[in-house]
Amino acid sequence: MFFSFDLFINAIVSGILIGGFYAAVTAGVSLSFGILDIVNIAHPAFIILGSYLAYVLNFGLGLDPILASIVMLPAFYALGAGIYQIYYLSFEKRGQESLRGLAFFFGLLFITEVTLVLYFGVDYRYVEARYIGPTWHFGPIDLPLRILVPFLVSLLLIAALELLLTRSFIGRAITAVAQDQLALKLLAVDPIRVKRIAFGISIATASLAGALLIIIQPVEPSVGREYIGRVFAICVLGGMGSLPGTLIAAMMIGIFESLTATFYGPSWAPAVSFGFLLLTLAVRPAGLLGR
Amino acid sequence: MRSDVFFLVCLGIGGAVFAAAVAFGNDYLFFAGYVVAQYVAVATAWNILGGYCGYVNFGSAAFFALGAYTTVAFYSFYPPLPIPALIVVGGAVSGVVGLGMGYLMLRLRGAFFAIATLALAVVLQTLVVNWDYVGGSRGAYIMRPETMAPLGNYVRYLFLVMLFLAVVAITTARLIERSRLGYGFATIRDDELAAEASGVPTLRLKLVATAISGALMGMAGAPFPYYISYLQPSSTFGLDYAVNAIAMPLIGGTTTWVGPLVGAVLLGSLQQIATVTISSAVNLLIVGFLLVGFVIVAPNGIVGLFRQHIQHKPAGIVGRRRLGADAAGSAP
Amino acid sequence: MNELLAIDNLGKRFGGFIALDGISLAVGAGERVGLIGPNGSGKSTLVNCICGTMRHEAGAVYFDGHPLGSAAAHRRTRLGLARTFQLPRPFVSLTLLDNLRIPLLYTVAARGQGYAASEIEARCLALLREVGLEAKARHRPRDLTQVEMRKLELARAMAAEPKLLIADESMAGLTHSEVEDILTLLRRLNDEGIAIILIEHIMRAVMSFSQRLVVLVSGRKIADGAPEEVVRDPEVEKAYLGQ
Repeated sequence: MFFSFDLFINAIVSGILIGGFYAAVTAGVSLSFGILDIVNIAHPAFIILGSYLAYVLNFGLGLDPILASIVMLPAFYALGAGIYQIYYLSFEKRGQESLRGLAFFFGLLFITEVTLVLYFGVDYRYVEARYIGPTWHFGPIDLPLRILVPFLVSLLLIAALELLLTRSFIGRAITAVAQDQLALKLLAVDPIRVKRIAFGISIATASLAGALLIIIQPVEPSVGREYIGRVFAICVLGGMGSLPGTLIAAMMIGIFESLTATFYGPSWAPAVSFGFLLLTLAVRPAGLLGR
Repeated sequence: MRSDVFFLVCLGIGGAVFAAAVAFGNDYLFFAGYVVAQYVAVATAWNILGGYCGYVNFGSAAFFALGAYTTVAFYSFYPPLPIPALIVVGGAVSGVVGLGMGYLMLRLRGAFFAIATLALAVVLQTLVVNWDYVGGSRGAYIMRPETMAPLGNYVRYLFLVMLFLAVVAITTARLIERSRLGYGFATIRDDELAAEASGVPTLRLKLVATAISGALMGMAGAPFPYYISYLQPSSTFGLDYAVNAIAMPLIGGTTTWVGPLVGAVLLGSLQQIATVTISSAVNLLIVGFLLVGFVIVAPNGIVGLFRQHIQHKPAGIVGRRRLGADAAGSAP
Repeated sequence: MNELLAIDNLGKRFGGFIALDGISLAVGAGERVGLIGPNGSGKSTLVNCICGTMRHEAGAVYFDGHPLGSAAAHRRTRLGLARTFQLPRPFVSLTLLDNLRIPLLYTVAARGQGYAASEIEARCLALLREVGLEAKARHRPRDLTQVEMRKLELARAMAAEPKLLIADESMAGLTHSEVEDILTLLRRLNDEGIAIILIEHIMRAVMSFSQRLVVLVSGRKIADGAPEEVVRDPEVEKAYLGQ
């Protein structure tokens, strides 16, 4: 094993940068799983959907991918709200969330992924933008813009969501709905509507995250699968629903993955986040009585 | 019907199916039949932990693959181990890993358990991909013998073996269902806290469930390398297997051994037909839609729909016996 | 010692919140003890710690001479400790008959005095008859009314043939006559020698039933004695009854 300081410092830096992006990917799950307790295992598939839509708008109209994703935000929000409505009527109302709710999202994962395969094929797609080529250099540190820009946008996203959750009425209602639905009802706020809005926001983040993903790397439909474990690992590590926690956990995972890939080879990298997940679950007292 | 009688009846039916396939003459039937029988075994195995106990295993592919890779690991033995021996070994390995997984993860609440099983599958996959002895990421080649006397083509032998495994799986599931263990599993599914308070040793039962479930899946996976000749970690461990293992019991019905059988036969056959007529990618689309559709519209699966239909009929002899058998376990 | 249940300085906290603070309590065989306290005073937490559903951090629980330590809930049930849940938790996919079958198969059988297979169903029906649910033996819990669910909870606890039964708010939300029904049931159980801890808010029921009254406020036991005296205790009045 050849240890070079340059390699090491770059691994750390790229770990931080990619970690920031992972936080954006996980933000939606922090909302849906961390706060609302909905195991949306299909979230990565929606992110890939976001990537492809960004690709289409970028390829067809020359639109900047990030701009494209913002244009798509309302559509994704509507998708999320619609999915939640079905989920609520079919499962939450009947009290059958655990097995059937999981299966529902699992099915959605496959439907989304295979539809993309059938429509776009399995070739890798990529987008073009001015910031995808160049790399900034600070001494030994390389900062590829195609990772730096998504990193910065991710931080903005996390900050915006955190502000929403803590300062706005709807944000606080969302945090409250997880803990005390009755209290919300007494305030004449419909908890179902709040959850629907929250889930809509969750899927909306997938639009942006998808654009960032396809900026960082070329995308094909099954890329989403690598993210399933990552996303839940970060969400659990980050304290289930805490956005600052998510950010820190994401960077931790990013750094460890980066170090593993650099010094042990990329074939071990997937085990990092999933291994972390197992470790966290083993140590966390998420026993019979819940959190 | 007593379990040993049931076992013999099923063997008889399996034998009849085999004979029909031989009579039909088309070798492709054996390839397709192998896959369907395999899914019967895997779906039934999954259902023991998922349907009876309510613990969703997303990593079923891992146990299946463990069985397959055990076969690969033993491949270089001379003389090569016969398939029945490989099945036993594969089942044992998977059963032990299932036990270990259970011990580590069964204290986790529902959703966390499911996610943990997914994590375990990927960790196992990464270990295998980095282990050169079983081929690593390049995959492993297994030479399938040409024939197996007196059946002829080796694939016929594989199909027969898999039919036998399917029968073993459903007999086991039925045996569990009608035993004290089955009642215990049902309470774990319904309300674990109340189960404990009623004296059910939930952890021990869950470990039994994961061990049996894992072992059966491993047994189903053991002959697979001979069937497919070229084993690749990414596809063997993939989510594609997991989704079928989950979809078939959910579509068929999770509370009884009949459900996974119905689901596997229907969905498995549908997929084989789709692969031949359209493409194999469409398979997963079909599974996805059926899965989503059934959990929304018919949460108790095909068996559930059937039962509902029966109960609306005037209670004739058939009706009454059905209702009697419906009260779990009161049947002789 | 002739104490069936002995709780010594039990402590339990949730993060920074102290739910139980140094609780000591003893219940003798065949006793009828009432446990009252305002909402959030720790009654259910206490029950959960006694029965093993929750782990306590400080103190010890002894049952029938055995230290319970961190024994799993099912072990405690096998020793003779049974409970009902505040919100009934029946096994929804099983019939009423099968609901009662479970304690017989797992608790009674584990003690070595199991019923023969042919006797189990008869025993379940007998239990259902005692609580007046025999007619619905082959129904599922979803077909039950509120009070019938409570009775099923009690029947299931009875099926475990306990020495001590903890009835956690079995009468909440019931009508006057329904409350009397449950009380009669509990008195009958007590006549058979089963000690009972009755946790209730319905003072009339608690007063008429209990030989001894224990009051819990904010995780601490503030009174323990004869009902008439406890009720007159000024601290109890202030903390609980005076509201």
